[in-house]
Amino acid sequence: MLESFIEKYAREFNFPTIWCSGCGLGTFMRVMMKAFDAISLDPNKLVLVSGIGCSSRVTAYTDCNTVHTTHGRALPVATGIKLVNPSLTVVVITGDGDGTAIGGNHLIHAARRNIDLTCILLNNSCYGMTSGQVSPMTPHSAYSSTSPYGNIEHSFDLVGMLKSAGATYIARGTVYHYPLAEKLIVSAIEHKGFSFVEILFQCPTYFGRFNKVPEPADMLREFKENGVKYVPGKDKPLAENQFYIGELYRDESKVEYVELLKKHRHERLNLMKLQGQYDGCKTKNRTL
Amino acid sequence: MAKTYLMSGNDACAEGALYAGCRFFAGYPITPSSEIAEHLAKKLPLIDGIFIQMEDEIASICACIGASMTGAKAMTATSGPGFSLMQENIGYAAITETPVVIVNVMRVAPSTGMPTGTAQGDYIQARFGSHGDYPIVALAPATANEMFEFTVKAFNISEILRTPVIVIPEAVVAHIREPVKIPGAGEMEVVARIKRDFDGTFFFSRNEDGVARPPSVGDGYKVHYTSLVHTESGFFSSSPLQVESFTRALVEKLKSKEHLLVDFEEEGCEDAEIILVSFGVTGRACMRLARDLRKAGEKVGYFRPKIVWPFPEKEFINLAERAHSIIVAELNYGQMRREVERLFGREKRILGVNKVDGTMLELSRIKDVLREVVKDA
Repeated sequence: MLESFIEKYAREFNFPTIWCSGCGLGTFMRVMMKAFDAISLDPNKLVLVSGIGCSSRVTAYTDCNTVHTTHGRALPVATGIKLVNPSLTVVVITGDGDGTAIGGNHLIHAARRNIDLTCILLNNSCYGMTSGQVSPMTPHSAYSSTSPYGNIEHSFDLVGMLKSAGATYIARGTVYHYPLAEKLIVSAIEHKGFSFVEILFQCPTYFGRFNKVPEPADMLREFKENGVKYVPGKDKPLAENQFYIGELYRDESKVEYVELLKKHRHERLNLMKLQGQYDGCKTKNRTL
Repeated sequence: MAKTYLMSGNDACAEGALYAGCRFFAGYPITPSSEIAEHLAKKLPLIDGIFIQMEDEIASICACIGASMTGAKAMTATSGPGFSLMQENIGYAAITETPVVIVNVMRVAPSTGMPTGTAQGDYIQARFGSHGDYPIVALAPATANEMFEFTVKAFNISEILRTPVIVIPEAVVAHIREPVKIPGAGEMEVVARIKRDFDGTFFFSRNEDGVARPPSVGDGYKVHYTSLVHTESGFFSSSPLQVESFTRALVEKLKSKEHLLVDFEEEGCEDAEIILVSFGVTGRACMRLARDLRKAGEKVGYFRPKIVWPFPEKEFINLAERAHSIIVAELNYGQMRREVERLFGREKRILGVNKVDGTMLELSRIKDVLREVVKDA
């Protein structure tokens, strides 16, 4: 017997999922659906947009409007959807490769626009779908199928990057701290503006195996031991493997993109009416 | 009431989009297409439309696809380098059967080339630019007036067939200022988004006309769009049988509407011994020359497809029955000539007049080749 929120938000007919045993995406999907249920999102008014990769397959299993796009392009497609129908709740599901490599440019620009999208970036530190290649979020010196001698590159400071790009809500969670992840997803969706939630999850099949942590439980233990709950104003230096979890940044002062668009349009039309240039019909404002 | 204005091809294109009901434009600045974006940036916000300048051409076409999936008529405009960037997602629009109009103003040479030079070098790319087998329709306007007219038609075809439609004017057609007739409301056909009701969940099933008409995002159907090969329910399938029938049905849906996709202009082809073939702006030179030669008593015909993809094969084969020679004049290395050669093999003599220097094709160049044909005849 499925729990009611799963019945409400899952396309059970597409189960079982394609994910490997021990993968953290199943946990994430449950948490995500629970978050949707916590704020009673109407599946008809909810749009899930994803790119390409393991995490982007979430769209096929979630029962709402779902758009599975090309590699890296979930955010611009979601931008088009939101602009045409701002009454929809639009959530973007992306991975670390999809969202920070091939789609990295779209990520910073969606944040800059502060358009009301919620971007959930599922980070497993590698490209799982193509069997574990190095990604921009693979830690320095970690092993992968394309960094067989250790990763010589450095990973992004995603929180710093998103903040400077203009995101107005930034949070990080893990699939180990799943009650927190649920809360973060809820606040991100409720936030008006571009919200970003990074969720760390385990890939035992590739990242774990390449880095001598092949057991899912051991990978989860690492999340447990290294995740430090962020308390605003009480920042402290973190040890090398540690990372903050929780709500990391929020700015409610910046006006959201669609709101600004409406305001500007309203002002412009009023001005034109005052000047007698606008008669409310389509023909006159098409003056050449 | 129709009114005639003096305007540039790019402005006419933007006006055509507005006339056709385009309410979403996403683009990225690029010469020689930027005026289309500028025109729509001014006009769209005033009629409850959306204009957005994206971070690149990939984002631009993706935003258009998202907008169209949500029910809005959407267009983007670009030129060579941007058109190359858009190719992957032209395939995405095709496989998800999402209507979208892409204007690619052709400039000369590969890469950055010469941005201000005119050319017709993207003819083959317009058809085969994206990977895999997919359907596509492309129109080549020759005048500022056709920029208006063909943009409206591009939207209509895109809605009827639910496929991306490409308009490929040359830089010179985009910038030429000519009289453009703008019809009054209702005077020119505009096809609205065709909606279907669904009992079950086979949102991507095909009607008798072979076209899938999935519901829009947010329409209450909880539709699933995917870039993967999918079944009628919209979900991924890797069964070879499914993949085969899906790909065939996708490509062949154009066949159901063949009449809609045949649009060309011709003069005197039926009894012509020599036919001048071209598209877009060089077609104008060919028409002029064919007329002059007719007057002088030569049996010369002129043929210009307006819809260049699919090429009007049957019609042209019939029209060219009596011709011994066909001259294809293009501002490229002979891209449409390949198409003509494919139709006739070695039955006829097929010659090209080709120029790739960024400037217009002179009548004298075509005459030189013509002289050769006549001399040999």
